[in-house]
Amino acid sequence: MTKSITNNSQSSIQDLQPLIQIQQLSLSYKNKPAFQDVTFSIPQNSITAIVGPSGCGKSSFLTCLNRLSDLIPNCQVSGHIQLGTVNLLSPKINTTALRRRIGMIFQKPNPFPMSIKKNIVFPLKEHGFANAQEREQIVEEVLTDVGLWSEVKNRLEDSAMSLSGGQKQRLCLARALALKPEILLMDEPCSALDPISSGIVEDLIVRLRHKYHYTIIIVTHNLAQAKRIADYAGLFWVEEGCGRLIEFGTATQFFNAPEHELTKAYIQGTKG
Amino acid sequence: MSRKASSKLINLDQLFKVVIWLIPLSITAIFIWILSDIVIGGIGQISWAFLTTNPLDAGRDGGIAPILVSTFLILAVCLVASVPISIGTAILLAEFTPNQNWFGRLVRRSLDVLAGVPSIVFGLFGNAFFAQTLGLGFSILSGGLTLACMVLPILIRSTEAGLRAVPQEYRLNSAALGISKTSTLWHLLLPAATPGLLVGLVLGLGRAIAETAALIFTSGYVDRMPTSLLDSGRSLSIHIFDLSMNVSGGDSNAYGSALILILILLIINAIAAWLGSKYNYLYD
Ligand SMILES: Nc1ncnc2c1ncn2[C@@H]1O[C@H](COP(=O)(O)OP(=O)(O)O)[C@@H](O)[C@H]1O
Ligand SMILES: [Mg+2]
Repeated sequence: MTKSITNNSQSSIQDLQPLIQIQQLSLSYKNKPAFQDVTFSIPQNSITAIVGPSGCGKSSFLTCLNRLSDLIPNCQVSGHIQLGTVNLLSPKINTTALRRRIGMIFQKPNPFPMSIKKNIVFPLKEHGFANAQEREQIVEEVLTDVGLWSEVKNRLEDSAMSLSGGQKQRLCLARALALKPEILLMDEPCSALDPISSGIVEDLIVRLRHKYHYTIIIVTHNLAQAKRIADYAGLFWVEEGCGRLIEFGTATQFFNAPEHELTKAYIQGTKG
Repeated sequence: MSRKASSKLINLDQLFKVVIWLIPLSITAIFIWILSDIVIGGIGQISWAFLTTNPLDAGRDGGIAPILVSTFLILAVCLVASVPISIGTAILLAEFTPNQNWFGRLVRRSLDVLAGVPSIVFGLFGNAFFAQTLGLGFSILSGGLTLACMVLPILIRSTEAGLRAVPQEYRLNSAALGISKTSTLWHLLLPAATPGLLVGLVLGLGRAIAETAALIFTSGYVDRMPTSLLDSGRSLSIHIFDLSMNVSGGDSNAYGSALILILILLIINAIAAWLGSKYNYLYD
């Protein structure tokens, strides 16, 4: 099922406008480069998978896209990112509004130490949802979307810390979805989960993307997963002590006919 | 290893165990000794009348009502002044100044020095600054503010430690949801730092309520019922000090007051433990 959805979307995506254009993007920590000179474009409503070995700058790359890099001490970003008509790296940009448009899911599920419900309500309140009834409705909606509603509807006031790892990650997803983002950044969202939870989250990603037309950029170590869900794929690799984008293309081309030797080796599992 | 050497090791182990047990046992024994001495000496004094009547005959007779009231007022002034300042400073140190920052280091170093200053110095400072320069005189206000200065380092450092214990991931998650730094602080970081603040409060209040030297020169000696914060008021610890040092025949009431002091300390501890458990988050 997943496969056919992916194929459908791939054929329709070719003629879409690029939503995010990344040009010569580099990031360094304390003058030590994490990745350099990354250039590619991400079309609207697509799933882009970023793969590559640990330490090649994938997570750092994602933090540029929602300007979380601003919060990391000694982190300098250079280059250009265009989101629609917005220059995303401009110092004048309203990061609060930006981060509402661009949701992020982290590797380690990190619900706030509050009740399950409050985890979703707190960001909503922060973004001006003043009507309590509307908030309740959104809580039910997003928890249903991530398949948690039936599991937690009777204990919404319990601490989110009492959930299992997979449930926590789905709560984090729900929390991000509640703000109705256009873009979702996911940093190895399944790698801290057991295979079953991981499968559930993966199915969710595909299903929600079709329901809400998200543009998703997902970092993953799981090549099979990337192949199953992605429309586009890119390989990051450390060369001369610094991460680089080795290859980027449609998933079909990336996995079936990679141009670069490194990509070939990585896909076949002989490297990385 | 030879048989002889290993048996020698076992003996050493056992000796070590005994020593490890003896130390806490003797500390507990000392505590129980002091406590039972005070309970035995003081329990006979305690009655409703003791708590609700004025002292008579320089405290030899009568109760401690005005002294209790003054003590609570002094502590209240101390808390009202010190808690907001402490939380504010702790936030500044933990959230807005990086570890290496010279300003943060200066503030932290000053606090550490302040924490080690003997209380008599605070008393003299309080007298010079609050009582004389600000013209508050010998008053509950002067005493409470002096105590506030004294407990600031404890409160600030424990609140700061509480804030620093909150994992960085919460701040990143919160920012990634477009939540402002102020809301993150208010709704996420401060609740999480509350147990730290409470530990600081218990330590600080414990130090404040036991204080005599800092209060003698600031809140004064007067054992009448205070009618305003600008009245002088005698705290429990000063009352105990006065009865046992200056008033012959005041011992039994001194014991009674000491028992009350210890009960108040235990109650403060219990409240803090209860509040702490209410706010205690488990991070994973
Ligand atoms: N906050 C940070 N401060 C300094 N160096 C960092 C920081 N985060 C990551 N790095 C370094 O940047 C490089 C890329 O890290 P990262 O983006 O996490 O890679 P990946 O997600 O691909 O494993 C690594 O060498 C890592 O040690
Ligand atoms: Mg990573």
